[in-house]
Amino acid sequence: MPDAWNTLSRRGLLAGAALFAAAPVGAARSQPRVPSRARILILGAGAAGLAAASRLAQRLDGADITLIDKRREHIYQPGFTLVAAGLKSKGYVLSATRDYIMAGVNLVEEAAAEIDPVGRNVTTESGRRLSYDYLVVATGLHLDYAAIEGMDVARIGRDGLGSVYAGPEQAEATWRAMSDFADRGGAGIFLRPATEMKCAGAPLKYAFLTDDILRRRGNRARAELTYNAHNRVLFSVPIVAERVRMLYQERGIRVTHDHVLRAIDPGRRIATFRTPGGDVEQRYDFINVVPPMRAPPVVRNSPLPWQAGPFAADGWAEVDRGTLRHVRFPEVFCVGDVAGVPKGKTAASVKWQVPVAVDHLVASIQGRESAERYTGYTSCPLITRIGRAMLVEFDYQDNLVPSFPGLIAPLEELWITWIMKEVGLKPTYLAMLRGRA
Amino acid sequence: MKDLDVATLVAVFQEMMGWTFWAVLVACVVATLAFAAVLVRDRGVVAARLVRAELAGVLGGVAAVIAMFAVTNSTPGDMGGPIDWLLAVGIFVGGLIGSTIGAYALMGLFAPTRAPVALRGERAIEA
Repeated sequence: MPDAWNTLSRRGLLAGAALFAAAPVGAARSQPRVPSRARILILGAGAAGLAAASRLAQRLDGADITLIDKRREHIYQPGFTLVAAGLKSKGYVLSATRDYIMAGVNLVEEAAAEIDPVGRNVTTESGRRLSYDYLVVATGLHLDYAAIEGMDVARIGRDGLGSVYAGPEQAEATWRAMSDFADRGGAGIFLRPATEMKCAGAPLKYAFLTDDILRRRGNRARAELTYNAHNRVLFSVPIVAERVRMLYQERGIRVTHDHVLRAIDPGRRIATFRTPGGDVEQRYDFINVVPPMRAPPVVRNSPLPWQAGPFAADGWAEVDRGTLRHVRFPEVFCVGDVAGVPKGKTAASVKWQVPVAVDHLVASIQGRESAERYTGYTSCPLITRIGRAMLVEFDYQDNLVPSFPGLIAPLEELWITWIMKEVGLKPTYLAMLRGRA
Repeated sequence: MKDLDVATLVAVFQEMMGWTFWAVLVACVVATLAFAAVLVRDRGVVAARLVRAELAGVLGGVAAVIAMFAVTNSTPGDMGGPIDWLLAVGIFVGGLIGSTIGAYALMGLFAPTRAPVALRGERAIEA
């Protein structure tokens, strides 16, 4: 069989779902269930937590699997950009967590307050103590808006203040602010934080979308758009960064480097950036604020974070990058945003991380070694305008790892990639939550 | 094909279409069976009916492409590379084949039998 065909088979030919192409580990349902009485706690019922719960329920027979999460609604975060572009309503990203709980999985609707990996237990906010044999930490991350002086989440949607990330309502409010801006023009400011962040392509996409909507309304000439990169590059993968630089130049989006948002004055519409040369103020008519992102307090205040190195300051969990297993507590796995690995705070990463972590957990129960490894695969349908996107897929080594080599060029603006984002991504994501994709 | 199986595709399409997935699947099967039944009944293809069905098929193909643009908030101007044109052709062909089969079956089942009989006669004379 030709190599290209093997590659396609491996990543999957799922039309409309390249971003979530088939899992790196064979489908859980095809494997015999492993009898076990293990107590497994899963912290967080977001994408990673639900997907892990579903796969564990499929792989294990008799295990006590408990999900802990206070939030009752499930949020499809990859849809925020479409909501903030006026293409979808907030209902598009909202559903109920219980809709995805498989038979055999318990849900405790409380927040975890303390993790004790030495005593192997978790205490909830009500003081309930839950012991475990294995722990899967999938808490997601904390949006640290408070770290931006003057930032007021309640004002998103007014006075040109936007922030796609804060939630479904805020994404919709951001659309109103951006739409007003597209009607009038002025100064549009875009940025990203200096911390690790979920979907690093999202701030870039939103600048592209704002440019597109201004053009559609005939007001592009009345607007000046500036993207403030936090370091010397626009994206962590050099070849992608260069492509975005070229596109921004073509679209007339100005780029400044080494600019990190430090403070904002929503009343005066002034954003203050920390730069190597000192603070720089930028006046804006519209701004998309992307807050610093850190591990949630429950993880930061536990023994799980990195002790040193680039992931220590923000409390990301210290896991082996290939197995997602904690380096000091082998019965603990951390998946999704909270994992302290170089790449992978996207739903596509979750799709590839969870089967690996679950296989290692099940292997531990069985007393065998798992050969599965997470390579850092992640993907980003980098929207460059309404109707077109680039299918950017890469790994820990910054290699491009296209799912459709020779068919869908990763750095080409294509309609097919847009269709994947608009039509294919959400159903594949939902199937992933149920352990079916 | 270690990772791609029918169950995965079904799961994704079920999430995408909800209950309509099964309705569409049933409609496709029924149309195909009806098409086959009409072929068997008529002991072959009735040329005039096929031409009319193909005209309906062209409309179905165009409708499929238009629907895809509408559903995805995009326009023909968004097509950026050869794969996009191949996709559009694929959608058109899918719509064309589906509509042709469906239209042929419908006409075969509900059209007055006199015309096809006459045409079958013509075919027989030609033969």
